[in-house]
Amino acid sequence: MVDVRYDIAFKLYPYEKVAAIGAAPVRHPVVIIGGGPVGMAAALDLGRKGTPVLVLDDHEGVGQGSRAICFAKRTLEICDRLGAGQAMVDKGVVWNVGKVFHGDQKVFEFNLQPEDGHKAPAFINLQQPYFEKFLVDAVREAQSNGCPIEIRGQNAVTAITVHEDFVSVDIDTPDGPYQLEADWLIACDGARSPTRDMLGLRFDGRVFEDNFLIADVKMTADFPTERWFWFEPPFKNSGASALLHKQPDDIWRIDFQLGWDIDRAKELKPENIRARVDAMLGEGADYTLEWTSIYTFQCRRMESFRHGRVLFAGDSAHQVSPFGARGANSGVQDADNLAWKLDLVVKGLAPESLLDSYSEERVHGADENILNSTRATDFLTPKTAISKVFRNAVLELAQKHAFARPLVNSGRLSVPCVYDGLSLNGPDELNGPARSRVGASCADAPVADGFLLEQLGGDFTVLALNTAPSDVADVDGIAVRTIRLDTRHDDPTGAIAARYLGDEPCGIYLIRPDQHVVARWAVADAADIKAAVRTATVRGG
Amino acid sequence: MELNLAPNINDPDGFYDELLGAHNGLSKDESDAFNARLILVLANHIGDRAILRAALEAAK
Repeated sequence: MVDVRYDIAFKLYPYEKVAAIGAAPVRHPVVIIGGGPVGMAAALDLGRKGTPVLVLDDHEGVGQGSRAICFAKRTLEICDRLGAGQAMVDKGVVWNVGKVFHGDQKVFEFNLQPEDGHKAPAFINLQQPYFEKFLVDAVREAQSNGCPIEIRGQNAVTAITVHEDFVSVDIDTPDGPYQLEADWLIACDGARSPTRDMLGLRFDGRVFEDNFLIADVKMTADFPTERWFWFEPPFKNSGASALLHKQPDDIWRIDFQLGWDIDRAKELKPENIRARVDAMLGEGADYTLEWTSIYTFQCRRMESFRHGRVLFAGDSAHQVSPFGARGANSGVQDADNLAWKLDLVVKGLAPESLLDSYSEERVHGADENILNSTRATDFLTPKTAISKVFRNAVLELAQKHAFARPLVNSGRLSVPCVYDGLSLNGPDELNGPARSRVGASCADAPVADGFLLEQLGGDFTVLALNTAPSDVADVDGIAVRTIRLDTRHDDPTGAIAARYLGDEPCGIYLIRPDQHVVARWAVADAADIKAAVRTATVRGG
Repeated sequence: MELNLAPNINDPDGFYDELLGAHNGLSKDESDAFNARLILVLANHIGDRAILRAALEAAK
């Protein structure tokens, strides 16, 4: 018996009876619980590297509801490496302009003004079901190319037993229960993670006493493709703040901040939602309600994202407020960080302790996201009388004076974190631009036939700029690729020189499979590169 | 630079008069809002985070 918890938007992995029922438990190298954006990204990454991976999901596809709608450049770059990015960008709505209102006054507008010379846009809006579908499409493509990925729909995990060097998993299906074993288990089962509860692990943080009503409406309106945000909106009963943002298929996301003491059932009645939407869009606006929901949120994380053979990724490990698009985006970065490490561990090329760096680095990322989204929430929902006085003072001043605009916080939009000072980092011996320092994710840039990140791919890579690289093809079995570029010929816009060299004539970068910088030098020999690869894989420098 | 806590305002009585005068006719809420705006304007002028932190400490 498998409970149906939600309706499906796309049926992507219909239930099939598993041969394992009634047989002895089969051991799998990697099992992922939860086929959402994080689980699918991790499965795709591992499978494309040749590590067999099994995804268990208790439904047969993607749940309904737009949910995470805002996907950031780094996420799109990761998905591009996984073969799903272009479909997302093609379907998504690209936006750059945001307007901030206070009551009926426009406070200011901003333009993200994305830097030129990146393959991916700064942000797209895309309903989460599409995002997940494109990942599963890429899984199917990878499977047809022989990648060892399996997805089992309507396989619900009911118990987990952790042993010293493997995990036993009890699973229920429409045809009855069975058991399997996993060398490694990745829990991508969301903010209410049953895996976390089954292991009795804590998930501490701060609860925000507020309810947000989402109304996705379908209409052909000539509002521009912009993010409109109201503090103390002027429309009737619209709460403390409101947001209007465009999605594909003529769908508009409207959010109303309703406060804490509400009657959920009453607020979710279509006639009550329509009254609010009518007040916002104007009487007689022609629209249909596509999806509605009320959500509350917390900012919290697990103390560690690794518990022996069990790894937590995405919302199961950390939860943030939605302001800033840091939920799904940071989860995909978790998958990006974990997959190459687990792949090396499974293949016996790196020690298990490499997985501790997954927790170290992504806890760092989660703390940054929680800090940013907590600050945004405190601005949106002032907790005391004086904090509201200051908040409104900022909004009033921002209408007249540029200085106050950077203080307005309706969500600081997700950017990838830099792993400054963490254990996998090698030497930073190039006086290059700060943005490309050790620990940063590589900035994209045009090359002769495409973009740099496409060329980096998903291996350790030596990027030699205006210098001959030391010839390292392999470090103790770990492949190292080399890309040599001469910025006089291979840098059509000058972006590579600007983003990687600054005023330096030449440089050598060592880049991880997740495209973060391990080390950089003005001059490096083979021994330097080998030592840095060993540091980045926890085998001693 | 350090936070200057020595006398630094010319014509202190005149300044004090102007400060109070700016609140003339304002309700309590309007005065609170005015003070908040004034703090933000002055803080931006100072800019230096270390000085601002020292000022927050000095005002306690």
